Amino acid sequence: MAATGSPAPTPRTDASPRRALVLGGNRIPFARAGGKYVRASNQDMLTAALDGLVARYGLQGERVGEVAAGAVLKHSRDFNLTRESVLGSALSNETPAFDLQQACATGLETVVLLANKIRLGQIESGIAGGVDSTSDAPIAVSDRLRRVLLDLSRAKSPQQKLAALARLRPGDLAPSVPRTSEPRTGLSMGEHQALTTAEWGITREAQDEIALLSHQRLAAAWDAGFFDDLVTPYRGLTRDANLRADTSLEKLATLKPTFGLTLDTPATMTAGNSTPLTDGASTVLLGSQEWADAHDLTPLASVVDAETAAVDFVHGVDGLLTAGVFAAPRLLARHGLTLDDMDYVEIHEAFAATVAVTLGAWESDEFCRTRLGLDGPLGKVDRSRVNVHGSSLAAGHPFAATGGRIVATVSKELARRKAANGDDRPVRALISVCAAGGIGVTAILEAA
Amino acid sequence: MTDTYLNLVNSGFTKKIAKQLGLPRPVPLRRHQPGRPLVDGPVLVLGTGQDADTVAHVLAGTASSAATDARAADATLLAPGWDLDVRRHAAQGERYAAVVLVLTELTHPDELAAPVLALGSTLKALAPHARVVTVSRPATPDDGPAVAAARQGVDGILRSVAKELRTGATGNGVVVADGVPVTAPSVLGALRFFLSARSAFVDGQLLAVDSDGGSLPLDWDRPLDGKVAVVTGAARGIGAAIAETLARDGATVVAVDIPAAGEQLAAVANKVRGTALQLDVTAEDAGTRILEHAQARHGRLDIVVHNAGITRDKLLVNMTPDRWDPIIAVNIAAQLRINEQLLTSGDFTAEPRIVALASTSGIAGNRGQTNYAASKGGVVGMVRATAPLLTAFGGTANAVAPGFIETDMTAKIPAVTRQVARRLNSLQQGGQPVDVAETVAFLASPQAGGVVGRTLRVCGQNLVGQ
Repeated sequence: MAATGSPAPTPRTDASPRRALVLGGNRIPFARAGGKYVRASNQDMLTAALDGLVARYGLQGERVGEVAAGAVLKHSRDFNLTRESVLGSALSNETPAFDLQQACATGLETVVLLANKIRLGQIESGIAGGVDSTSDAPIAVSDRLRRVLLDLSRAKSPQQKLAALARLRPGDLAPSVPRTSEPRTGLSMGEHQALTTAEWGITREAQDEIALLSHQRLAAAWDAGFFDDLVTPYRGLTRDANLRADTSLEKLATLKPTFGLTLDTPATMTAGNSTPLTDGASTVLLGSQEWADAHDLTPLASVVDAETAAVDFVHGVDGLLTAGVFAAPRLLARHGLTLDDMDYVEIHEAFAATVAVTLGAWESDEFCRTRLGLDGPLGKVDRSRVNVHGSSLAAGHPFAATGGRIVATVSKELARRKAANGDDRPVRALISVCAAGGIGVTAILEAA
Repeated sequence: MTDTYLNLVNSGFTKKIAKQLGLPRPVPLRRHQPGRPLVDGPVLVLGTGQDADTVAHVLAGTASSAATDARAADATLLAPGWDLDVRRHAAQGERYAAVVLVLTELTHPDELAAPVLALGSTLKALAPHARVVTVSRPATPDDGPAVAAARQGVDGILRSVAKELRTGATGNGVVVADGVPVTAPSVLGALRFFLSARSAFVDGQLLAVDSDGGSLPLDWDRPLDGKVAVVTGAARGIGAAIAETLARDGATVVAVDIPAAGEQLAAVANKVRGTALQLDVTAEDAGTRILEHAQARHGRLDIVVHNAGITRDKLLVNMTPDRWDPIIAVNIAAQLRINEQLLTSGDFTAEPRIVALASTSGIAGNRGQTNYAASKGGVVGMVRATAPLLTAFGGTANAVAPGFIETDMTAKIPAVTRQVARRLNSLQQGGQPVDVAETVAFLASPQAGGVVGRTLRVCGQNLVGQ
């Protein structure tokens, strides 16, 4: 593997653990913020996604090994969100669960974690998932008001109580609304991407083309019934509400830029080539081969491996959403694989430019040599292999639910391709999901 | 949908008024609950001859001791659960829960008087929700004229008696083909169905038993144990009730509906502990996909219930292709295509059952429903021609024709029209989705194997049509 450079591949010396298999998935259609799910809580949506999965695979009353899910925007009362959702679902109440949070990579990380547990033999089955509601986002009180209220609860005498209350100022009463800005830079995710977009010189046209393709491919998949066994309608919504099947480059070109307005370069990022705020939930059913056989389920894909990277976007030179660029080559090297071995590449479309930058970086001889420590470009991925059924620009992006959407969708596609090939050739997919904090999670899936 | 009128005439002050005014007074029907007795009281078996004796012995659970008919002995051994309090002579003051008239050996209309008048003498004292069931032979061109006259007379008697019954009582008949013994599984199965609360809204119907096919269940409360059933249009209303009823009777249910109905479909699948399959039945490969799902997930496919259906009412003078074509596509063409795929698969051959939903509109016609009636009449014809294709495998195909059933569909009828429509049958009320479901479950059961290509109405003896 001359092209992979450092770090050197670590040969697997342990007895190969058993396979962890993706057996299926279910999500609810994704709604735009303030849309059909405006009155639905994270728990409501995650429960619905679980119940749809249970119905599809006949898991009523089943004690699943473990359910792992999470939400990025989460009420403090939802500390046990996943377990509470399990209790409200048709699964056995003896199914354990835990919450996990890794910003937008939450969904993919739950898949990785449960797959690892299955590979180690700790569990036989698992349901990974994620949910997010920007419509039902938590609103907190200001830090000053919070301190006053806490002191008030601890005060014993009326004097102490009055003293605590006397510290309140009218401005303290303003609520604190969750933001998507990075705590260490104060920049929103879009502004961060705008910096990277400008650095790589990604044009408006290139971004709009990615957005258009996403909508066209997602619409085609819906029309072909591809999502009939991946999605269960919810609250009257039967398709992803953000999908614009009839959009065009002309329409996308009319949108005003929303990010990067203060930069020296032309602003290129619009509402059309950035993901909207979205509500939704997704789940992925995982299991061992034995568990799949015992439940008459046909495995779609196996979770081969995963790698997470992080970039120093605060003081370093790398863009906030570029960690996947770093994680993928390490992951491929570990398995002696190249991008050419990947039949599908799924790159979460946080922004169209995120996809363009990621693919561009892997194609760049200089970047791959200087930043990735490779001997040359990682490789070029034809767009026909990237996000083949559309991605977040069209479907929307309920933060923690995106990983589950991608894993279930690409697993079905892998199984379909393998069946169409009709031979033993491996069919693989690389998934890359960027996240706040400069994190990027990647994973390789292979048709079962 | 609540039937307010029915509630009013059954409670308090308004009940008294209704009685004094002589208004129609429908009663809430007795419906099946597993574990409840088949009938609440003694059963009178009328009629003379070997068949009447045999039926009486089977009902009493004493057929083996009678030892007159080997088949009856087998039947009771195979299917315990017949230990009714059977009487053979009408007694003054006795309150019968059911009267069974065995009239299979008629040779002349003169012979009708004795059993029918005996039946008449019991009617005043019938228990609430009582059952009258005739067992007779069909009148065919091969019969002598007097025999045929006597046999066809039973048809008129039964339909008239059913119209005279009150307080939730029903009258139905089993018409046993010549050469088929009265102990055939489907004769006993149909007899039991008509005696039971499962047939609450089936009234004035004569069900033909064409052969001695089928078998008696090991457990009358779970006749579908081990069977895998597919129900289309299962997300709501009658389809959801069918899924629940088949599951209650022991079947593993695959609930099918269009993807857009997935949320309700998932709820139904979870309730019956089956699986949900989001599938448009008009898809070219729907039958293949149904079979693949059932086999992959549940190992087999035994029962298919074609329930998915739509309406687009319009007077024929205003009918347009966009109102005609979808009805044909969903209500009948899809069923034909699915059946063909199942029948040619080679994997639908273990005593398979097809039960399709027809409608009284398809039998009697309905203003504004030429399209719907075409499709539902089509269902009646389809099962008649499909069943013979299945008999070689011990299978059969039959249809259920609902009358006025309380569903979302009938809830859309204007209020006054709806009130009138409900009263236009002998039970003077609308049926419930579960009433249709019970009949579907019966026709899907092992004991219905001798019912070949028939359509059974669930209409409370609606005044329209046959």
